[in-house]
Amino acid sequence: MAALVGALSPLRELDENDFGSVEKFIQKHYKEMDGEEMRQALERISREVEKRYDLRPDIRDVRPMDGVEFVYALNISRCIGCRKCVHACVQENNQSRDPEIQYIRVVEMPRGTLDIEKGNHHYDRPTVPDREHYYVPIQCHQCAKPPCVKVCPVEATWQEPDGITVIDYDWCIGCRYCEAACPYWARRFNFAEPKLPKKDVNPRMSYLSNRPRHKGVMEKCHFCLHRTRAGELPACLEVCPTGARKFGNVLDPQSEVSEILKTKRVFVLKEEAGTLPRFFYYFDERHPRSGGDREAAADGQEAIA
Amino acid sequence: MRDYIVFLWRCFRLSFVGDWRYGAWMLTLTAIALLGLNAYCRQLVFGLATTGMTDQVSWGLYIANFTFLVGMAAAAVMLVIPVYIYRNKELHDLVIFGELAAVSFIIMCLLFVTVDLGRPDRVHHLFLRFNFPLSMLTWDVIVLNGYLLLNLHICGYLIYCAYRKREPRKALFVVPFVLIAIVWAVSIHTVTAFLYVGLGARPFWNSAIIAPRFLASAFAAGPAFIVLALQVIRRFTDYNVPQKALMTLRQIILVALTINVFLLMSEVFTEFYADTAHSASTHYLFFGIGENRALVPWIWTSVGMTAVALLILYLPLARSLRYLNLACVLIIIGVWIEKGMGLIVPAFIPTPIGEIVEYRPTVNEILVCLGIWAAGILLFTISVRITIPVLSGRLTIDHPYTTEAEPPLHRSTSATALGIERSTS
Repeated sequence: MAALVGALSPLRELDENDFGSVEKFIQKHYKEMDGEEMRQALERISREVEKRYDLRPDIRDVRPMDGVEFVYALNISRCIGCRKCVHACVQENNQSRDPEIQYIRVVEMPRGTLDIEKGNHHYDRPTVPDREHYYVPIQCHQCAKPPCVKVCPVEATWQEPDGITVIDYDWCIGCRYCEAACPYWARRFNFAEPKLPKKDVNPRMSYLSNRPRHKGVMEKCHFCLHRTRAGELPACLEVCPTGARKFGNVLDPQSEVSEILKTKRVFVLKEEAGTLPRFFYYFDERHPRSGGDREAAADGQEAIA
Repeated sequence: MRDYIVFLWRCFRLSFVGDWRYGAWMLTLTAIALLGLNAYCRQLVFGLATTGMTDQVSWGLYIANFTFLVGMAAAAVMLVIPVYIYRNKELHDLVIFGELAAVSFIIMCLLFVTVDLGRPDRVHHLFLRFNFPLSMLTWDVIVLNGYLLLNLHICGYLIYCAYRKREPRKALFVVPFVLIAIVWAVSIHTVTAFLYVGLGARPFWNSAIIAPRFLASAFAAGPAFIVLALQVIRRFTDYNVPQKALMTLRQIILVALTINVFLLMSEVFTEFYADTAHSASTHYLFFGIGENRALVPWIWTSVGMTAVALLILYLPLARSLRYLNLACVLIIIGVWIEKGMGLIVPAFIPTPIGEIVEYRPTVNEILVCLGIWAAGILLFTISVRITIPVLSGRLTIDHPYTTEAEPPLHRSTSATALGIERSTS
């Protein structure tokens, strides 16, 4: 008996935030909460944040806009591998600083290959870019056929109408099956309780994006939905010094991303995974096809038809 | 109902009764299990960071042991099939031990999955939103729990009937369930294989041969465990385990292991001869990549053990129990490495985007694993401890088993007398 108590003794150090809140235990899945229940959940989260970080967050449940499907486009010719996007993301999204959780991984690629497995993940140069290499930032590709969503046993992760795959941090059971299923290694697990200094908290939060997480749950890039669904740009894009990152609504034919997809040399990473990413890479062209050329090409095609 | 509660109480009491060796064995297992529980509590408090797992290698020893044990549990059918399909007489009375082992193994499986969860307090979410049939994990939840219930029913019913001195109603309660359990056993291992096979992101797993390899290796390692367990039972109790039964099991192990080795060779050939970029994980497993060679000694140990075991089994040597036992031990360890470390860990190395991070389990993680193993073996010991007196008619509804009334178990009445008793019960 004494041995049993002894064996259980580490439980004394349990954080009250982890277990014990009945409110949290009976909280419904995001999709099943009505307005009032969501209000209560947000109120509870606010209280928790206030207690932990001494600040009252501005937390909402930001819903997708109608007629919007977000895509990301990244100019491979422009990216210099400075990793500013990585750190802006960590700050914006209240990630754990120790251990630091990063949604974006920038891979330094040698010439002559598109095979991401040949890249260097831990390059450490005094200056970038290196002339012999090019750089491929990788984050969640917000696939149209997401394997992570398919494998989740409790539907804690799903795809929203605007194409963003999100996680209900209060629903995830922490099995890490989605992490094993992701071909872009885009998911991060909180192996330890996240450490986020009070001074670093970003008070602008939403339920499905950057509110503080606890240990034992999965998290990932959500295209900064608390910003982008309000018409702003993702943090990683705003900070990019070279303008390599482009973001927007692909359903709007006038948007910059639509223009890029129509006119640039675009490719997706690991196309063979068959997951139909919404994250596109493209090249600058040395001799950009002029509008006239494009019309000529179109004429040519009509002629063939 | 009241009888049943008395029965459970008597079983509970009985599990504490035994000679000093039994006591010492149980005490050791309990101590290890508690150590494991302590380590698990530490993990609950500090998170899975107490394990060697990382975002790169996000499944480790826990899932490795889980995978191995699913196979061990499924292997109970390798006793059932000869009895109920081929009407093998020698194994008939021993089937119950296979099923008891299956129950213990499945419970260990469920424990391993539970300790692997980051938020075990949220398991009830499985009942509220169950991603069926899309997620293979939900399939696994169904088949594993179903298999547990099936085997609990079969064992419990047989034992309770013996206790009530009733004839089990075979046509109604045993045979249909046993036949379902045969198919179900195959399903638990197949579904567990599909859990991995279905992931296109991991070329090492994304291969059709994984499920058949699972079954083949399980049908070798499971009966190997039963062979060892039966000999322990024969040695320390008066239960009659016929030599012929062990030899039948030897045949089963031999065939299953041969198929397993063949399938392994097929896979190794495909990976190394074609040698595409997708074989990186296999390269890592067998030869390492650059400086990273953590799994290399393990897998070659496994290959060596399997090869020696196969050689022993093919020689007439294995008719001697001593060599058969050696082969069994080699197979269990060999398959444990192959199905555990050799199947789960390399799939994560390199990651889908090419990073190589090695995995080394921590002491805490190993303690949790040992704890679960100890708890499982404890459970198996208790169930065997209860089953033998009940089946041999020494604990019945009108005759409670007491230490005073009975001589120590291993020096009890002659085996032949018990044999007669058993066949009538």
